Amino acid sequence: MSRPIALALLVVCTLAVPAWAQTPDAQSADAPSPDERLFGAETFSLDNGLQVVVVENHRVPVVSHMVWYKVGAADEPPGKSGIAHLLEHLMFKGTDKIGPNDFSNIIARHGGQQNAFTSSDYTGYYQNIAKERLPLVMEMESDRMANLRMTAEEVVTERAVVIEERLSRIENEPAALLGERLDLARWVTHPYRNPVIGWAHELEKLDRQDALSFYKQWYAPNNAILVISGDVTADEVRPLAEATYGQVPRGPDIERTRVRALLPDTATRLVMEHPRVAQPTWQRQYTAPSFGTVEEEGAREVYALQVLSELLGGGATSRLYRALVVEQELAASAGSWYSARAVDWGTFGLYVTPRPGVDVNAAEKALVAEVDRLLREGVGEQEVADAKNRMRAGVIYARDSLQGAAQTIGSALATGGTLDQVETWPARIAEVTRDEVMAAARAVLRDQAATTGVLLPADPAQSADAAAAPR
Amino acid sequence: MSARPLFRLFALLPALLLLPFAAHAIEAQRVVSPGGIEAWLVEDHSVPVIALEVGFDGGAALDSEDKPGLANMVSALLDEGAGDLDSLAFRTKLESLAIGLSFSASQDNFTGSLRTLLDNRDTAFDLMRQALTEPRFDAEPVSRIRSQIQTSLKFDLQDPNTIASRRWNEVMFEGHPYSRPTRGTQESVAAITVEDLRSFVPTRLGRDRMKIGVAGSISPEDLKPLLDSTFGGLPAEVSVPPVVRANLHGDGKTVVVEKDIPQSVAVIGHGGIDRHHPDFYPAFVVNHVLGGGGFTSRLMQEVREKRGLAYSVYSALAPYDHAALVVGGVGTGNARMKESLDIIRAEWARMASEGPTAEELEDAKTYLMGAWPLRFTSTPNVAAILASMQLDGYPIDHLQTRNDKVAAVTLEDARRVAASLYKPEALTVVVVGQPEGVQEAARETAEPAR
Repeated sequence: MSRPIALALLVVCTLAVPAWAQTPDAQSADAPSPDERLFGAETFSLDNGLQVVVVENHRVPVVSHMVWYKVGAADEPPGKSGIAHLLEHLMFKGTDKIGPNDFSNIIARHGGQQNAFTSSDYTGYYQNIAKERLPLVMEMESDRMANLRMTAEEVVTERAVVIEERLSRIENEPAALLGERLDLARWVTHPYRNPVIGWAHELEKLDRQDALSFYKQWYAPNNAILVISGDVTADEVRPLAEATYGQVPRGPDIERTRVRALLPDTATRLVMEHPRVAQPTWQRQYTAPSFGTVEEEGAREVYALQVLSELLGGGATSRLYRALVVEQELAASAGSWYSARAVDWGTFGLYVTPRPGVDVNAAEKALVAEVDRLLREGVGEQEVADAKNRMRAGVIYARDSLQGAAQTIGSALATGGTLDQVETWPARIAEVTRDEVMAAARAVLRDQAATTGVLLPADPAQSADAAAAPR
Repeated sequence: MSARPLFRLFALLPALLLLPFAAHAIEAQRVVSPGGIEAWLVEDHSVPVIALEVGFDGGAALDSEDKPGLANMVSALLDEGAGDLDSLAFRTKLESLAIGLSFSASQDNFTGSLRTLLDNRDTAFDLMRQALTEPRFDAEPVSRIRSQIQTSLKFDLQDPNTIASRRWNEVMFEGHPYSRPTRGTQESVAAITVEDLRSFVPTRLGRDRMKIGVAGSISPEDLKPLLDSTFGGLPAEVSVPPVVRANLHGDGKTVVVEKDIPQSVAVIGHGGIDRHHPDFYPAFVVNHVLGGGGFTSRLMQEVREKRGLAYSVYSALAPYDHAALVVGGVGTGNARMKESLDIIRAEWARMASEGPTAEELEDAKTYLMGAWPLRFTSTPNVAAILASMQLDGYPIDHLQTRNDKVAAVTLEDARRVAASLYKPEALTVVVVGQPEGVQEAARETAEPAR
């Protein structure tokens, strides 16, 4: 297939969007029958505290090797926003034995692909590579777990790269600028308020010492998870892990000391009028429970919210899409999302993009009416059953990729979840009742706790092209 | 940390370099149905999933001059109601059975992708049959999809990367269908009628232009009748006007599209090399050295790693059916865009005059050979590769021989091809933003965001 003519820019050192904006892992977690385990992963721990998870997948003789650190942007010291992500970039600069930038060269020379990503709650590194090269990448990754080296000059240059990355991802993109303001408005005092890439004025001042301090504080085997999926078994991995990661000394006990408390509810509305916006959009976010904030038995509220999101706005047959997009013909898109993988709070979101010529306020009104109707009239038994079936029907696909399992498991374990939660997800979803869905909806979808964002063209003539469109 | 692993690290590296890459576990077979429909199949029962990709030669470039965006609009509507099922019924069936069915149009091809669990195989294939041969184009989905495309076009008009690549295509392909956006314009999408949509399938989607790739949990014997039942209803032949070979314009000029953004975005490029040219593989390997994927390319080293000028910079070969290009791109803060472009041109020139070093060439070859199996790690990926191999005219044993072609590239080949491929003076450049110091032949204002 020829590449489409629109040329996508290459993305390398990935900045993961904050965890709550990623695809809810509900869509990818799985197991076919309630009794069967989703991935059949095996796990063990090394003496130094490193947890190891192995998922077998023997389709092609390759492996995906991932290390997840339980640290992210929400763990940064005050005034140092962006340091978790800058450090992620600097992890490619070398060690005592790996020269500057040789990390990437060596992986490439062995036919491997690699990348790294940072979110508010975790930082991850991976290599996809021929299975024979697994010992090599385990040596190199374990080496940089404790022996990172960098010069002040390298830090200054890499910081310039990240400043360009911020321009690309945020400052060139009005929707991302509004996203930053919404996070500030909703989290207020909680560290999720800070963008993962950092505030420009703080990013510009980060230096080598900041990076090394953060590295020394958080990077250690007892604060990491190794996930390997591919053409390999746990029996093969164990001796390799002991010979490589097992040689890295355990660090001091590490505890995340975040203030989880939230300010009292305040309904907040931000309207951003921007000259580089042509198409109005509307969104609303609610702070919600997450796997990190609920106890194991309380996790039923999380599963109920996943079912709620599916039936309210999960796809082309969901309530919001049917009502706003199909029946009332007001919107080009409409839906909901729920991010449950977080150390602290999760997020439940609603969004609508009005069709050309439709006032954004009319679209908002219609969406709010649908949510109100759900809260008032409840949901049907069949509707809940259908949503649960849709969620579980495709779980086998999660096994049909090299990295899917490793991503699902890594993000769960790095945010305080358990392997068991991941493995039994289909059974947990199957148990969700209509009453639980409604209780969760009433607890989360409260007007007085909503943060609303509206993105509008600065030139009113552009949004009010009602007369001209659709032509 | 103890020094032990580090010593071992050094001991291990040379030994590993000698390890050959595993032979490819993947082999395709040709399956021909009783009705004469051919598919390439990689049978694999490791997961109870089947994927099929069907591609038709001829895509958006066949859209008429006054209706660009037709192929794309059809692609968005085929899964919005077919046969007895209206849009809601069709979508409900797909979602409840976890069947993935979608269509897309590029300039050169029209493509359908199917993914299903083994249990729902027959239903899935039948839904694809209905979508291809009995699409309904009911009023509601037509109006909805039209408005969705128009909305996405409004987003595009403010996206610097999209503006840059569109303008670049307009400059390079002036007068040729490739100059027109695949998804059309507000006006052209508004003008597409239901009659246009209905006539698309019988006039464009002929079995004579069809290539099929299948992967996953299905045997050749099970696949054969499904090929006939799914695709037998399509016209045996269609007659489409030929797309002429594109003359490349641009002539090395620089166009600046003024836009008030902090970071400028540039798209650059000139003529390239066809995928069946005997020198394609040398060019492919050489381009990997210059600006291919990952952190290791010369452009990444010079622009990003050494100077911190950009987060992303690349070059790529783009062999289309009716034109061949070398393209590249970079995003750099307005004040430093000139410096980025100067460095990219200098690297372009250095590659033309010196070619890669022996070490760079070997490193690129081992990377490209070793990374090849990483493309086959999901069932849909395998099906898509099998279909595109056929559309692009590769033999079925390409899966096995592709690495040999990479391995055969000599330093002499690489240097010779680099010298003829890269022409820094011919680079046509479109910059969107407010770049300082860039000498442009034309300065334009971004189109009003309508």
